[in-house]
Amino acid sequence: MSRSGSGARRDDRLSAILFLFPSTLVLATFGLVPIGFALYISLFKWGLARERFLGLENYVRALTSPEWWNALLVTLYYVLGVVPISLVLAIVLANVLFRVARGVGAYRTVYFLPYVTSTVAAAMVWSWIFHPQWGVVNAVLERLHLPTQRWLLEPRGIIELLVAPLGVEVPAWAAGPSLALVVLILFAIWYSIGFDTVVLLAALSNVPRELEDAARIDGASTVKLARYVTIPLLSPTLFFLAIISVIRSFQAFNHIYVLTGGGPLDTTCNATMYIFRSFYQYTKVGYGSAAAVLLFLIIVVLTVFQTRLLSRWVHY
Amino acid sequence: MRQRRKPRLDTGSLFCHVLLMCGAACAIFPFFWMVVSSLKPATDALLFGRVFTTSWRPENYVEAWHAAPFGRYFINSFLVAFLVSAGTIFTSATAAYAFARLRFPGKQIVYGAYMATVMIPFEVSLIPNFVIIKSLGWFNTYPALIVPWLSSAFAIFLLRQFFLSLPSDYYDAAEIDGCGHWQFLWRVAMPIAKPAIVTVGLFAFLGSYNALLWPLIVTKETRMRVIQVGLAAFMSEEVTQFHLLMAASTIAILPTVILYFVAQRQFVEGAVSVGIKG
Repeated sequence: MSRSGSGARRDDRLSAILFLFPSTLVLATFGLVPIGFALYISLFKWGLARERFLGLENYVRALTSPEWWNALLVTLYYVLGVVPISLVLAIVLANVLFRVARGVGAYRTVYFLPYVTSTVAAAMVWSWIFHPQWGVVNAVLERLHLPTQRWLLEPRGIIELLVAPLGVEVPAWAAGPSLALVVLILFAIWYSIGFDTVVLLAALSNVPRELEDAARIDGASTVKLARYVTIPLLSPTLFFLAIISVIRSFQAFNHIYVLTGGGPLDTTCNATMYIFRSFYQYTKVGYGSAAAVLLFLIIVVLTVFQTRLLSRWVHY
Repeated sequence: MRQRRKPRLDTGSLFCHVLLMCGAACAIFPFFWMVVSSLKPATDALLFGRVFTTSWRPENYVEAWHAAPFGRYFINSFLVAFLVSAGTIFTSATAAYAFARLRFPGKQIVYGAYMATVMIPFEVSLIPNFVIIKSLGWFNTYPALIVPWLSSAFAIFLLRQFFLSLPSDYYDAAEIDGCGHWQFLWRVAMPIAKPAIVTVGLFAFLGSYNALLWPLIVTKETRMRVIQVGLAAFMSEEVTQFHLLMAASTIAILPTVILYFVAQRQFVEGAVSVGIKG
């Protein structure tokens, strides 16, 4: 960034104001101001319009509501299901893609495809594939003489379902995410894995070949090579993917809206769906805002925590 | 660009290809199933055993198209997505230029505030934005669908990187020629930045075209629906007509898939530049 003749030139204050005006207007009005406004709304009983000041009552109600805690648990299951699995699979795929000589472009094209399609349309296809009566998945299971499932209509936990044939009954807290939520997690993995893989593949291509070769000559095994050379060099990219994947998972909505609408028995009603329902279906704008602010705080804390934790092994 | 190992056909690379094929099959199966189901007669669509043994019915597409005002939905979606991407390019290019080349006090702070908007989860601004839109009298109008998305910190970030990478000789030469910042941006910088601008425009278009939650809450009437909202509504109306649902899904997916195949490189490079430079 060389700036020749600095100091001699006047500053560009006037141009800067003109150049920044349009984007500032949009980003401030619909990006920054709403944060403060959300806080404000959350302090009121607010239906179709502002009604009366409640102080922190909306927050107390959210924090004492079992539905809200359920929504957070669903969100947690979802994040824990989507983020690690899709990252690990993307690392494997990117590495394998990097090793093969032919067809890289074709594979990349196919893997990236779900990412560019609309989640609504893709989710409709998934609901058809997992349809309890006519879906192809159950049809295949039937041919294999395996028990068919209710998939998106199944509120029972995955662990509960897995151990049920053994005659074991698990306590409610150990039932795990519902089968419906598991299908949603699969959808999210299917949807985002191409993006992660393509980004990781490009990062892999940027790893200097000399470093790997030098390590190999020194007798490093493949595992050690990955552990001490490749992964540290990929760490900024992995770090970035982990962060955006967590943020994205917290915001998951479209496919949940289409596939389950939050059901069955609220087992797929994540925080976003919960906020949407309280505000859109029940017109509890103040209460929905309080829930949104709580979620915001959780995301901020989590991102800071994640940054601290991961930055220890990220090498720039 | 990339260094590749010498092609060798051993069990290792065969295993790699098998693995990649399985992955590709998983990625593409829903699309395959969607198209197959969309071409089957209603009753056969329900029978797994009749995957390929039925007569094909392209008429399903015509039927689906007329079952709901999809034409209207498409016009709305294209209009909104086009204006959003054009607006995003304009506002982001000027802002990115200011951050890359202009000198003014508080630049770092302003830039930090811009970038902070990336971190704000959508759910938090959802309700206040809805209230803002209502109080502006924009509920159920095009501005509600367009204006909040007319800028993007991601686009500004991407274009700023690009403008920073231009050699400063260009600027010096332009300055000597008496070319102002505005002229320089549009006459010199923008044409050179074309790849970055195409990427920004594509992602803005894609994001707008595929959005559901925001258009769902700020529109009410059928005539204001965008394709995603219309498709979701169509699904709840025609719960059992799977052949029609799949035909409608195919139609809705088609524009972005075409766009993807035409401009695949820009999509991939966009993803990569976010992931690596970000």
